[in-house]
Amino acid sequence: MKILKFLLVGIFFGIVLVKSEAVSWYRIYEMFKFQSFHMYGIIGSAVCLGILFIWLFKVFGVKNIEGNRISLVPKDSGFVRYLAGGTVFGLGWALAGACPGPLYVLFGTGVISMLIVIAAAVFGTFVYGVLKSKLPH
Amino acid sequence: MEVLLKPWPWYVSGPLITLVMLLLIYFGKTFGMSTTLRTLCSIGGAGKYSDFFRFDWKAYRWNLVVVLGAIIGGYIAVTFLSDGSTIALNPQTVSDLSELGFYSAGKSLLPSEIYAWGNVLTVKGMAILIIAGFLVGFGTRYAGGCTSGHAITGLSNLQWPSLIAVIGFFIGGLIMTHFLLPLIFSP
Repeated sequence: MKILKFLLVGIFFGIVLVKSEAVSWYRIYEMFKFQSFHMYGIIGSAVCLGILFIWLFKVFGVKNIEGNRISLVPKDSGFVRYLAGGTVFGLGWALAGACPGPLYVLFGTGVISMLIVIAAAVFGTFVYGVLKSKLPH
Repeated sequence: MEVLLKPWPWYVSGPLITLVMLLLIYFGKTFGMSTTLRTLCSIGGAGKYSDFFRFDWKAYRWNLVVVLGAIIGGYIAVTFLSDGSTIALNPQTVSDLSELGFYSAGKSLLPSEIYAWGNVLTVKGMAILIIAGFLVGFGTRYAGGCTSGHAITGLSNLQWPSLIAVIGFFIGGLIMTHFLLPLIFSP
Protein backbone atom coordinates (compact mmCIF):
# COMPACT_ATOMS: atom_id res chain seq x y z
CA MET A 1 0.00 0.00 0.00
CA LYS A 2 2.89 2.31 0.82
CA ILE A 3 4.09 2.36 -2.74
CA LEU A 4 0.73 1.60 -4.37
CA LYS A 5 -0.63 5.04 -3.51
CA PHE A 6 2.12 6.63 -5.59
CA LEU A 7 1.24 4.40 -8.51
CA LEU A 8 -2.41 5.44 -8.22
CA VAL A 9 -1.54 9.15 -8.02
CA GLY A 10 0.64 8.70 -11.10
CA ILE A 11 -2.14 6.96 -13.03
CA PHE A 12 -4.56 9.73 -12.07
CA PHE A 13 -2.00 12.37 -13.10
CA GLY A 14 -1.45 10.69 -16.47
CA ILE A 15 -5.17 10.53 -17.17
CA VAL A 16 -5.71 14.17 -16.19
CA LEU A 17 -2.84 15.37 -18.39
CA VAL A 18 -4.20 13.54 -21.43
CA LYS A 19 -7.84 14.49 -20.89
CA SER A 20 -6.89 18.14 -20.29
CA GLU A 21 -4.89 18.08 -23.56
CA ALA A 22 -1.99 19.63 -21.61
CA VAL A 23 0.22 16.95 -23.18
CA SER A 24 -0.58 18.20 -26.66
CA TRP A 25 2.18 19.88 -28.65
CA TYR A 26 -0.55 21.93 -30.34
CA ARG A 27 -1.89 23.27 -27.04
CA ILE A 28 1.61 24.40 -26.03
CA TYR A 29 2.08 26.11 -29.39
CA GLU A 30 -1.31 27.79 -29.04
CA MET A 31 -0.41 28.91 -25.51
CA PHE A 32 2.83 30.56 -26.63
CA LYS A 33 0.91 32.26 -29.45
CA PHE A 34 -1.57 33.59 -26.86
CA GLN A 35 -4.39 32.23 -29.01
CA SER A 36 -6.31 30.35 -26.35
CA PHE A 37 -7.12 30.63 -22.68
CA HIS A 38 -7.08 26.84 -22.25
CA MET A 39 -3.53 26.30 -20.90
CA TYR A 40 -3.63 29.52 -18.89
CA GLY A 41 -6.89 28.34 -17.36
CA ILE A 42 -5.37 24.99 -16.39
CA ILE A 43 -2.17 26.40 -14.90
CA GLY A 44 -3.91 29.46 -13.44
CA SER A 45 -6.67 27.53 -11.70
CA ALA A 46 -4.17 24.92 -10.46
CA VAL A 47 -1.98 27.65 -8.97
CA CYS A 48 -4.85 29.67 -7.44
CA LEU A 49 -6.29 26.61 -5.71
CA GLY A 50 -2.77 25.56 -4.75
CA ILE A 51 -2.09 28.92 -3.09
CA LEU A 52 -5.35 28.65 -1.17
CA PHE A 53 -4.83 25.09 0.06
CA ILE A 54 -1.16 25.46 0.95
CA TRP A 55 -2.04 28.60 2.89
CA LEU A 56 -4.83 26.70 4.67
CA PHE A 57 -2.45 23.82 5.42
CA LYS A 58 -0.05 26.27 7.05
CA VAL A 59 -2.73 28.21 8.94
CA PHE A 60 -4.31 25.07 10.40
CA GLY A 61 -1.01 23.22 10.83
CA VAL A 62 -2.24 20.26 8.80
CA LYS A 63 -0.09 17.19 9.26
CA ASN A 64 1.02 14.86 6.52
CA ILE A 65 0.62 11.10 6.53
CA GLU A 66 3.84 10.75 8.54
CA GLY A 67 2.47 13.02 11.26
CA ASN A 68 4.70 16.00 10.50
CA ARG A 69 3.36 19.48 9.90
CA ILE A 70 3.21 20.21 6.21
CA SER A 71 5.80 22.69 5.01
CA LEU A 72 7.34 23.06 1.58
CA VAL A 73 11.09 23.28 1.26
CA PRO A 74 11.79 26.68 -0.34
CA LYS A 75 13.99 26.78 -3.42
CA ASP A 76 17.52 28.17 -2.95
CA SER A 77 17.84 31.88 -3.49
CA GLY A 78 19.34 32.96 -6.77
CA PHE A 79 18.48 34.71 -9.97
CA VAL A 80 20.69 33.77 -12.90
CA ARG A 81 20.07 30.05 -12.63
CA TYR A 82 16.30 30.51 -12.57
CA LEU A 83 16.17 32.92 -15.48
CA ALA A 84 18.82 31.21 -17.63
CA GLY A 85 17.76 27.66 -16.78
CA GLY A 86 14.14 28.60 -17.19
CA THR A 87 14.82 30.09 -20.62
CA VAL A 88 16.68 26.98 -21.79
CA PHE A 89 13.84 24.85 -20.49
CA GLY A 90 11.28 27.04 -22.25
CA LEU A 91 13.06 26.62 -25.59
CA GLY A 92 12.86 22.85 -25.18
CA TRP A 93 9.29 22.94 -23.89
CA ALA A 94 8.04 24.78 -26.97
CA LEU A 95 10.04 22.60 -29.38
CA ALA A 96 9.16 19.21 -27.89
CA GLY A 97 5.71 20.48 -26.90
CA ALA A 98 6.14 18.68 -23.63
CA CYS A 99 7.74 19.15 -20.23
CA PRO A 100 9.03 16.24 -18.13
CA GLY A 101 5.66 14.96 -16.84
CA PRO A 102 4.07 14.87 -20.29
CA LEU A 103 7.18 13.22 -21.77
CA TYR A 104 6.40 10.15 -19.73
CA VAL A 105 2.64 10.35 -20.20
CA LEU A 106 3.01 10.65 -23.98
CA PHE A 107 5.22 7.59 -24.07
CA GLY A 108 2.34 5.83 -22.30
CA THR A 109 -0.10 6.98 -24.96
CA GLY A 110 1.92 4.93 -27.43
CA VAL A 111 4.33 7.48 -28.88
CA ILE A 112 7.45 5.34 -28.87
CA SER A 113 9.62 8.05 -30.43
CA MET A 114 9.17 9.97 -27.15
CA LEU A 115 11.81 7.63 -25.71
CA ILE A 116 14.39 9.53 -27.78
CA VAL A 117 13.31 12.82 -26.19
CA ILE A 118 13.35 11.24 -22.72
CA ALA A 119 16.83 9.82 -23.30
CA ALA A 120 18.04 13.21 -24.54
CA ALA A 121 16.48 14.87 -21.46
CA VAL A 122 18.32 12.44 -19.18
CA PHE A 123 21.51 13.27 -21.09
CA GLY A 124 20.81 17.01 -20.74
CA THR A 125 20.42 16.57 -16.99
CA PHE A 126 23.68 14.61 -16.93
CA VAL A 127 25.54 17.37 -18.79
CA TYR A 128 24.15 19.94 -16.33
CA GLY A 129 25.42 17.83 -13.44
CA VAL A 130 28.89 17.65 -14.95
CA LEU A 131 29.07 21.37 -15.78
CA LYS A 132 27.29 22.56 -12.62
CA SER A 133 30.32 24.06 -10.91
CA LYS A 134 31.26 26.04 -14.06
CA LEU A 135 27.82 27.60 -14.63
CA PRO A 136 26.67 30.88 -13.09
CA HIS A 137 23.95 30.34 -10.49
CA MET B 1 -19.68 8.38 -18.50
CA GLU B 2 -19.89 10.06 -21.86
CA VAL B 3 -18.69 13.35 -20.43
CA LEU B 4 -15.55 11.56 -19.21
CA LEU B 5 -14.70 10.56 -22.77
CA LYS B 6 -14.81 14.12 -24.06
CA PRO B 7 -11.83 16.44 -23.50
CA TRP B 8 -11.97 17.87 -19.98
CA PRO B 9 -12.33 21.66 -19.67
CA TRP B 10 -9.59 23.70 -17.98
CA TYR B 11 -11.69 24.37 -14.88
CA VAL B 12 -11.88 20.64 -14.23
CA SER B 13 -8.31 19.76 -15.21
CA GLY B 14 -6.58 22.59 -13.34
CA PRO B 15 -8.10 21.74 -9.94
CA LEU B 16 -7.38 18.03 -10.51
CA ILE B 17 -3.70 18.90 -11.02
CA THR B 18 -3.84 20.80 -7.71
CA LEU B 19 -5.25 17.62 -6.18
CA VAL B 20 -2.27 15.62 -7.47
CA MET B 21 0.11 18.14 -5.91
CA LEU B 22 -1.78 18.16 -2.59
CA LEU B 23 -1.88 14.36 -2.43
CA LEU B 24 1.88 14.12 -2.95
CA ILE B 25 2.45 16.80 -0.29
CA TYR B 26 0.09 14.97 2.06
CA PHE B 27 2.10 11.79 1.45
CA GLY B 28 5.15 13.69 2.73
CA LYS B 29 6.65 14.17 -0.74
CA THR B 30 6.57 16.89 -3.36
CA PHE B 31 5.30 17.36 -6.89
CA GLY B 32 8.31 17.53 -9.21
CA MET B 33 8.61 15.40 -12.29
CA SER B 34 12.02 16.56 -13.53
CA THR B 35 13.75 15.20 -10.42
CA THR B 36 13.22 11.76 -11.91
CA LEU B 37 15.61 12.64 -14.74
CA ARG B 38 18.35 13.19 -12.16
CA THR B 39 17.40 9.95 -10.40
CA LEU B 40 17.69 8.08 -13.71
CA CYS B 41 21.20 9.56 -14.16
CA SER B 42 22.20 8.30 -10.73
CA ILE B 43 20.84 4.83 -11.38
CA GLY B 44 22.80 4.82 -14.64
CA GLY B 45 26.04 5.45 -12.75
CA ALA B 46 26.44 9.21 -13.35
CA GLY B 47 27.83 9.52 -9.81
CA LYS B 48 31.18 8.49 -11.29
CA TYR B 49 31.28 11.80 -13.16
CA SER B 50 29.75 14.32 -10.78
CA ASP B 51 28.89 14.70 -7.10
CA PHE B 52 25.54 16.02 -8.24
CA PHE B 53 24.47 12.45 -8.93
CA ARG B 54 25.89 10.97 -5.73
CA PHE B 55 22.81 10.80 -3.55
CA ASP B 56 20.62 8.07 -2.20
CA TRP B 57 18.39 7.59 -5.23
CA LYS B 58 16.51 4.82 -3.47
CA ALA B 59 14.88 7.56 -1.37
CA TYR B 60 13.36 8.82 -4.62
CA ARG B 61 11.96 5.51 -5.82
CA TRP B 62 8.47 6.75 -5.00
CA ASN B 63 8.81 9.35 -7.76
CA LEU B 64 9.74 6.71 -10.32
CA VAL B 65 6.59 4.87 -9.26
CA VAL B 66 4.62 8.07 -9.95
CA VAL B 67 6.26 8.11 -13.40
CA LEU B 68 5.30 4.48 -13.99
CA GLY B 69 1.75 5.40 -13.01
CA ALA B 70 1.78 8.40 -15.35
CA ILE B 71 2.78 6.12 -18.24
CA ILE B 72 -0.03 3.70 -17.37
CA GLY B 73 -2.42 6.65 -16.97
CA GLY B 74 -1.51 7.91 -20.43
CA TYR B 75 -2.26 4.47 -21.84
CA ILE B 76 -5.59 4.20 -19.99
CA ALA B 77 -6.66 7.68 -21.07
CA VAL B 78 -6.15 7.14 -24.79
CA THR B 79 -7.31 3.52 -24.79
CA PHE B 80 -10.41 3.61 -22.59
CA LEU B 81 -11.26 7.24 -21.93
CA SER B 82 -11.17 8.87 -25.34
CA ASP B 83 -13.83 9.29 -27.99
CA GLY B 84 -11.40 10.48 -30.62
CA SER B 85 -12.48 14.13 -30.37
CA THR B 86 -10.17 16.51 -32.15
CA ILE B 87 -8.55 19.25 -30.08
CA ALA B 88 -10.62 22.41 -30.28
CA LEU B 89 -7.76 24.71 -31.24
CA ASN B 90 -8.18 28.33 -32.21
CA PRO B 91 -8.72 28.33 -36.03
CA GLN B 92 -5.97 30.97 -36.22
CA THR B 93 -3.57 28.48 -34.59
CA VAL B 94 -4.52 25.85 -37.15
CA SER B 95 -3.94 28.26 -40.01
CA ASP B 96 -0.64 29.53 -38.56
CA LEU B 97 0.51 25.93 -38.26
CA SER B 98 -0.41 25.06 -41.84
CA GLU B 99 1.90 27.87 -42.95
CA LEU B 100 4.68 26.09 -41.06
CA GLY B 101 3.86 22.83 -42.80
CA PHE B 102 1.75 21.22 -40.05
CA TYR B 103 -1.38 20.02 -41.75
CA SER B 104 -3.26 17.95 -39.16
CA ALA B 105 -3.31 20.30 -36.18
CA GLY B 106 -5.53 18.99 -33.42
CA LYS B 107 -6.32 15.62 -35.00
CA SER B 108 -3.95 13.92 -32.56
CA LEU B 109 -2.04 14.98 -29.45
CA LEU B 110 1.25 15.38 -31.30
CA PRO B 111 2.19 16.42 -34.82
CA SER B 112 3.28 13.54 -37.04
CA GLU B 113 5.61 16.11 -38.67
CA ILE B 114 7.77 15.79 -35.54
CA TYR B 115 6.96 12.46 -33.92
CA ALA B 116 6.10 10.00 -36.73
CA TRP B 117 8.94 7.57 -37.50
CA GLY B 118 9.15 8.71 -41.11
CA ASN B 119 10.25 12.13 -39.88
CA VAL B 120 12.08 10.98 -36.75
CA LEU B 121 14.41 8.82 -38.82
CA THR B 122 15.77 11.70 -40.85
CA VAL B 123 18.83 13.65 -39.75
CA LYS B 124 16.75 16.78 -39.20
CA GLY B 125 13.93 14.96 -37.44
CA MET B 126 16.27 13.10 -35.10
CA ALA B 127 18.18 16.31 -34.36
CA ILE B 128 14.93 18.07 -33.42
CA LEU B 129 13.96 15.41 -30.87
CA ILE B 130 17.45 15.17 -29.37
CA ILE B 131 17.92 18.94 -29.11
CA ALA B 132 14.41 19.41 -27.67
CA GLY B 133 14.99 16.72 -25.05
CA PHE B 134 18.44 18.03 -24.22
CA LEU B 135 17.13 21.58 -23.67
CA VAL B 136 14.33 20.28 -21.45
CA GLY B 137 16.67 18.13 -19.37
CA PHE B 138 19.48 20.65 -19.08
CA GLY B 139 17.22 23.65 -18.52
CA THR B 140 15.00 22.06 -15.94
CA ARG B 141 17.89 21.02 -13.73
CA TYR B 142 19.68 24.34 -14.17
CA ALA B 143 16.45 26.09 -13.14
CA GLY B 144 15.89 23.59 -10.34
CA GLY B 145 12.48 22.46 -11.51
CA CYS B 146 9.97 22.24 -14.32
CA THR B 147 6.31 23.02 -14.77
CA SER B 148 5.25 20.86 -11.83
CA GLY B 149 7.96 21.95 -9.41
CA HIS B 150 8.10 25.66 -10.27
CA ALA B 151 4.94 26.70 -12.12
CA ILE B 152 2.50 24.66 -10.00
CA THR B 153 4.16 23.93 -6.65
CA GLY B 154 6.56 26.88 -6.42
CA LEU B 155 3.98 29.48 -7.39
CA SER B 156 1.43 27.87 -5.06
CA ASN B 157 3.96 28.38 -2.29
CA LEU B 158 4.54 31.99 -3.43
CA GLN B 159 8.25 31.51 -4.03
CA TRP B 160 10.19 34.20 -5.91
CA PRO B 161 12.63 31.76 -7.54
CA SER B 162 9.72 29.94 -9.11
CA LEU B 163 8.27 33.14 -10.52
CA ILE B 164 11.65 34.00 -12.06
CA ALA B 165 11.89 30.47 -13.48
CA VAL B 166 8.38 30.65 -14.95
CA ILE B 167 9.25 34.01 -16.57
CA GLY B 168 12.27 32.21 -18.03
CA PHE B 169 10.03 29.37 -19.29
CA PHE B 170 8.02 31.97 -21.17
CA ILE B 171 11.03 33.84 -22.55
CA GLY B 172 12.36 30.57 -23.96
CA GLY B 173 8.96 29.38 -25.15
CA LEU B 174 8.15 32.64 -26.89
CA ILE B 175 11.55 32.77 -28.62
CA MET B 176 11.11 29.20 -29.84
CA THR B 177 7.50 29.60 -30.95
CA HIS B 178 7.77 33.00 -32.60
CA PHE B 179 11.31 33.03 -34.02
CA LEU B 180 12.84 29.57 -34.14
CA LEU B 181 9.95 27.28 -35.13
CA PRO B 182 9.38 29.31 -38.32
CA LEU B 183 13.10 28.95 -39.15
CA ILE B 184 13.11 25.22 -38.40
CA PHE B 185 9.89 24.28 -40.15
CA SER B 186 9.02 26.81 -42.85
CA PRO B 187 8.53 24.70 -45.97
